[in-house]
Amino acid sequence: MAPMKVYGWAVSPWMARALVCLEEAGVEYEIVPMSRCGGDHRRPEHLARNPFGEIPVLEDGDLTLYQSRAIARYVLRKYKPELVKEGDLEGSAMVDVWMEVEAHNIEATLWPIIRHCIIGQYVGRDRDQAVIDENLEKLRRLLPVYEARLSVCKYLAGDDITAADLCHFGFMRYFMATEYAGVVDAFPHVKAWWDALLARPSVQKVMAGMPPDFGYASGNIP
Amino acid sequence: MATSAVKVYGWAISPFVSRALLALEEAGVDYELVPMSRQAGDHHRPEHLARNPFGKVPVLEDGDLTLFESHAIARHVLRKHKPELLGTGNLEQAALVDVWFEVEAHQLSPLAIAIVVECIFTPFLGRERNQAVVDENVEKLKKVLEVYEARLSKSKYLAGDFLSVADLSHFTIMHCFMATEYAALVDALPHVSAWWEGLAARPAAKKVAEFMPVGTAGASKKHD
Repeated sequence: MAPMKVYGWAVSPWMARALVCLEEAGVEYEIVPMSRCGGDHRRPEHLARNPFGEIPVLEDGDLTLYQSRAIARYVLRKYKPELVKEGDLEGSAMVDVWMEVEAHNIEATLWPIIRHCIIGQYVGRDRDQAVIDENLEKLRRLLPVYEARLSVCKYLAGDDITAADLCHFGFMRYFMATEYAGVVDAFPHVKAWWDALLARPSVQKVMAGMPPDFGYASGNIP
Repeated sequence: MATSAVKVYGWAISPFVSRALLALEEAGVDYELVPMSRQAGDHHRPEHLARNPFGKVPVLEDGDLTLFESHAIARHVLRKHKPELLGTGNLEQAALVDVWFEVEAHQLSPLAIAIVVECIFTPFLGRERNQAVVDENVEKLKKVLEVYEARLSKSKYLAGDFLSVADLSHFTIMHCFMATEYAALVDALPHVSAWWEGLAARPAAKKVAEFMPVGTAGASKKHD
């Protein structure tokens, strides 16, 4: 069977979401590298794969998928259904709840901080401390909820790791490389949860392709 | 009659709360809507935070299970009662449902919601409409809708030739959007327009539309 293909740049936190799930699935896959600064995602051949012109895109035989969480669900449902609690009505509902919490709260809050603290300096954008502070405030209101949750169960959807936890990885990776990691570290159960994620071989493997500066300083501009 | 085992907490005029109600209507499940007041700050009260620590609506109680996030609620209700609407049992179909369910949430709705907030809800928020925000989101929405038009030219519904939660998930936000003057964006696209008409004609959609009286200003002539 031909290996799955994932199109995109490995430093992307959205790409990381897909890659972590592929690693957890233990399935053979190949990354087809694309250049963001070269505008590969806007070329016709990519728009034919994803008309929204974004990455990652997964090809599995004749099936072409986009939207990183849809890719995550597909890969895990196919190869590691326990990671989406397939067949378990209550379990899968909890996975869905915390995937949505991440989608609507975490990504939206961490990405502006990451853009201003890490990326801005390389792309000629002045750091906007007001944006950073506004999002840190939101994060400071979210983290106590995570802390309370992770005080009653080991992972977000219950006592087993699931897609809900894995989907947090990419954005957390970069946020924890900013000077504001202490905001998370102040919450012991959240910190322990993050450390447990970091210890997973799948996460280690994907992190190896995600330098904390997105590759800008070394000239590997995404 | 016994109280329903299924309760939804929130204000039904919210397209998020009504997304949950639509899933229940499509599933044919008995439920009770427990009305809450946004203005009175019911969602910040301890009894609500005990249900949803993020202090948002909707919340679904289904027996012992308490869920929040409207997309998660919709998935649960349909997984339990109408799994075919998730493409369950067919990996490829389920994947395409997931793709378009995500597209609704992350490509279309943020734009449509921004337009709806400015055009319909600013009086309730005590501020003036920000036309620059509307214009910026209308431009982006035009491009997104072109992708939908291309997709719906190839298949009857978003995930394929079968109706799914991906289609249904659009109804409540589009119901609000179609009450703005920008409904013309949809009317201009024959396949999107026909798909929208089909969604809005469903009995469950008509029922839920009654919970969201956002007015008919700007509604398409086709709706008369």
